[in-house]
Amino acid sequence: MHNPMREEEWATWLRQSIAGDAPAYRRFLQAVTPYLRGTARRYCERFGAPPAEIEDVVQEVMLAIHLKRGTWDSSRPLGPWLSAIVRNKMIDTMRRRGRQVMVPIEDVIEVLEAEEPASGLSQHEAEKMLAHLKPPQRDIVEGISLGGVSIREMAARLSMTEVAVRVALHRGLKKLAALYRSDQS
Amino acid sequence: MKTDDLINAISEDAPIRWSLGRIFALAVIVGTAFSAVLFFVGFRPRPDIAAAAETWRFLFKFVVTASLAVSACGLILRLVRPGAGSGGWRLALIVAPLLLAAAVAVELMVMPSASWGARWIGVNARYCLMLIPLLALGPLACILYALRQGAPENPGRAGAVAGLAASGIAATLYASHCVDDSPLFVATWYSLATGIVTVVGYLVGRRLLRW
Repeated sequence: MHNPMREEEWATWLRQSIAGDAPAYRRFLQAVTPYLRGTARRYCERFGAPPAEIEDVVQEVMLAIHLKRGTWDSSRPLGPWLSAIVRNKMIDTMRRRGRQVMVPIEDVIEVLEAEEPASGLSQHEAEKMLAHLKPPQRDIVEGISLGGVSIREMAARLSMTEVAVRVALHRGLKKLAALYRSDQS
Repeated sequence: MKTDDLINAISEDAPIRWSLGRIFALAVIVGTAFSAVLFFVGFRPRPDIAAAAETWRFLFKFVVTASLAVSACGLILRLVRPGAGSGGWRLALIVAPLLLAAAVAVELMVMPSASWGARWIGVNARYCLMLIPLLALGPLACILYALRQGAPENPGRAGAVAGLAASGIAATLYASHCVDDSPLFVATWYSLATGIVTVVGYLVGRRLLRW
């Protein structure tokens, strides 16, 4: 990997998050975002997807990283795991977006340096997909993501237990990932 | 939605409680227990098992079936971890077929050709083809369910290897019931039964293990 220092830092944060450190997890996700954006831009350019789709791709891949983080063996380096999961998901989503994908594409690890400052705004899909969630799930995912409401506040607002809110949030995120998978547009 | 907003939601999600390795181990244990209960209630080991246990042909069946189960389980855990590589488990998977092929060769050398037909067909071929897949159902279902937590690059392949693992577990139980001990029988009918379960694993895995 081009930048072993950064990889080590990311790995440390992800390890801490597995041990229950939520702020460390947020740092990890925020640090990974520019890398995902750079990679998504290259894939979109390569397969002729409009730049408007970059942020949708970033969000889809981020959901996959989140839901599959348990497949990382934290005693091993993070780089190979992260590259493999990003590459698989990028190819997958390009295929679904109707682009001809010829594997192998050059290793994602090669483009780790390509970072991307951007608005971070997804054009359409995430909103469209939120609308597919059922009411309590949608309120919870929307409130926590867009509104920045905490789990506890959300529980009070909906008169639910915190555990129930957590379960609904987790199911909502899984549902979003499944919607990305099934979306053919 | 902004990516930062998504990060809000994701970082509030609960941490993982069970590692993938533990989930998989539990699935193997529960699946095996399920089959063992089914086996000991419904079929039981053969009555002459004490005498049979003194013959190498009988014991060899367990060597083959157990090595299939162990190597397939080892490989699965690699297949569902992105970027993990197979770490030698892919090679380990050919140990069982190699052992079996060697045993077949020995059997053909030491036994008169007039007895080959009877040894090959055995007395329980149809049972073998039904019972191994039946006993494999529990382990296969448990393993596939656990693997939904994984991220296989090729879901069909991971499902097929799950089928091999489940067959290995099922065949290890069935081998103590089966009175056909010739490697000629095992190489034919056990393999055929394993093939059925593997195809089922492939077909289910291809759909179920997408992520």
